[in-house]
Amino acid sequence: MKHLRTSALAMACCGLLFNAPSAFASKDDDKDDDKKKKKTATAAKPVSPRGLMLANTCVGCHGQGGSSLGPATPTISGMAIDTFTDAMKAYREGKRPSTVMGRLAKGYTDEDIAEMANYFVTQKFVRVAQKTDPAKVKAGKKLHKDNCEKCHEEGGFKDEDGSSILAGQWLPYLQFQMADFNAKKREMPEKMAKRLNAMIKDNGDKSLEEVAHFYASQQDKKAK
Amino acid sequence: MNRREFLKTTALGSMAAGLISIPYIAKGAGQKVIVIGGGAGGTIAAKYLKKMDNSLDVTLIERNADYFTCFMSNEVIGGDRKIESIKFNYERLKKHGINVIIGEVTGGDLNAKTIKVGDKSLNYDKLVVSPGVDMKWGAVEGYDEAASEKMPHAWKAGPQTALLRKQLEAMPDGGVVLITAPANPFRCPPGPYERASLVAQYLKHHKPKSKVIVLDAKDDFAKKGLFEQAWKELYGYGTDKSLIEWRSAANQGKVSRVDAAKNAVYAGEMGDEIVGAVVNVIPPQSAGKIATALGLTNDAGWCPVNRKTFESSQAKDVHVIGDACMADAMPKAAYAANSQAKVCAAAIVAALQGKEMVAPAYVNTCYSIVGHDYGISVAAVYNYKADDNSIAPVQGAGGVSAKDASAEDRKREMLYGLSWFNNITEDMFG
Ligand SMILES: Cc1cc2nc3c(=O)[nH]c(=O)nc-3n(C[C@H](O)[C@H](O)[C@H](O)COP(=O)(O)OP(=O)(O)OC[C@H]3O[C@@H](n4cnc5c(N)ncnc54)[C@H](O)[C@@H]3O)c2cc1C
Repeated sequence: MKHLRTSALAMACCGLLFNAPSAFASKDDDKDDDKKKKKTATAAKPVSPRGLMLANTCVGCHGQGGSSLGPATPTISGMAIDTFTDAMKAYREGKRPSTVMGRLAKGYTDEDIAEMANYFVTQKFVRVAQKTDPAKVKAGKKLHKDNCEKCHEEGGFKDEDGSSILAGQWLPYLQFQMADFNAKKREMPEKMAKRLNAMIKDNGDKSLEEVAHFYASQQDKKAK
Repeated sequence: MNRREFLKTTALGSMAAGLISIPYIAKGAGQKVIVIGGGAGGTIAAKYLKKMDNSLDVTLIERNADYFTCFMSNEVIGGDRKIESIKFNYERLKKHGINVIIGEVTGGDLNAKTIKVGDKSLNYDKLVVSPGVDMKWGAVEGYDEAASEKMPHAWKAGPQTALLRKQLEAMPDGGVVLITAPANPFRCPPGPYERASLVAQYLKHHKPKSKVIVLDAKDDFAKKGLFEQAWKELYGYGTDKSLIEWRSAANQGKVSRVDAAKNAVYAGEMGDEIVGAVVNVIPPQSAGKIATALGLTNDAGWCPVNRKTFESSQAKDVHVIGDACMADAMPKAAYAANSQAKVCAAAIVAALQGKEMVAPAYVNTCYSIVGHDYGISVAAVYNYKADDNSIAPVQGAGGVSAKDASAEDRKREMLYGLSWFNNITEDMFG
């Protein structure tokens, strides 16, 4: 019956083993021209039984392994530990607007949040094709290159320094976030605020919609 | 449980059942877990048991080949959704290695650890019971199963949902729709009021001379403030043109008797007769009948359990989850059943592996759709309290949608509600 005892642990770890460590390996400080000091990303540990227990309460809404079937609830799989942690704490402290997440986040301790974050980073972001407007996608692609790419690297497929994975995220969710940033309801890093304001000044409010369509349309990393 | 105990239990169970199915031990054959009921609780228990320990022999027994979700069935009744979109089956669950039996469990011998499906007797090491609710026929005088064919409850989705929809479509403009709501506890506390909202929405666009009257056995209900606010904004609530009227128990709303032949209900102290063009009676409920047949219910008709493991207080190695169980602050809702099923699966796997169970975590999130682009929600995070064996909400967390939320937020909640449906049904059947 040894098999019985080991299988749960094996299951808990396999997500981690199959996800190459590169996504959350620590990174040397890089001295880019913004002189922004990049933090060393928190590394994932094997998922604990408590981590699994907590994550199980999330996936009823956020989807299997955190990959949502939409139309609006965001996919949270593959999210970097620090991104997840910052988001949950911002919700908990009422610093980030939400409908239901703020109410739920208040129910968790720092340790709980760390356990959840550690689970979701090991999960693959599974994308579902969604309807986007080709003209907006095209315009959004250029806006992305001109304004966003430096932080939202690799076409938004990479979660680096809290950028979140945007590629293939659900369109309504992206639209909600852009609206909240624009209305100054959701805080953003100074650098982002500068770029966003400049983008809107040059291209109008419609540019927010266009970048949202671009990211939502991104299904295949190689095809970007 | 060690190997010797395992052999003993299985052999005893098999003998008692008159079966000879000693597992092939050399292969490490897993212990048998049987799950009764393929709904919001049972599907999740079966699937997560396999996820947590793939060597378990898990069998899910469900009466019907198709499952219609109650969640979003009010949208079908209101005409915004086709009934096919709430219909699911068990084919994909089989791919997880779950044995699915379509059949009805009619009884069992819990001392012998066996249950009966048709003429077969099956033995288990652990049993999970998630049968949902059954209507208490006769609790409202005159309301029995035959009456429900004329005055549908539509509190189990499927043919009843289709019947109520058909009656609304056939109703002439100007007809009155009666909805009777029961006293607590019952399945889906905000459900009757979500239904009143979506029926009103249908009337507003198709039969504007009609109205809905809710006759309630209570003086208060779930998310009342939010519902009433929405009704004012959308359906003229409180004016003499209101599409919805709510009569509390204190205001002659309590229905004591119905007469299916006359499509009438009798409400209030004097038993005033009210005739409806369409009458939807939501009667008092109890745990699904099989729970009583197995001796798992108390006098009130619900199943007391250990709140950490969901093991029955009345039978060893039998766990009850979902609407049928008593779970304190957790409402009888699909998300609650989902959350309980996962905790229960963890408890069973820990017990079978002889390990300490990890601290449980429970959540409920429940959306109500009250109009086009208008959703509201209630959410809670709970912890287990060992001192009084209770499930208690975490103080300061949870609660209902903001009273003064913007139209934009109501729209977002509607879209999150649709996402909730897509993701929870994938969790259940995917
Ligand atoms: C109109 C309405 C709207 C709702 N909306 C929501 C919502 O928006 N959100 C939410 O969270 N909840 C909602 N609910 C509540 C939700 O449907 C229930 O809480 C949930 O289904 C409970 O899960 P369960 O596993 O206990 O029972 P069920 O899902 O009912 O599953 C029980 C299953 O067991 C089977 N069964 C019973 N007895 C036997 C037997 N003897 N042998 C074999 N099989 C058997 C039944 O056929 C059934 O399939 C709603 C309910 C209603 C009525």
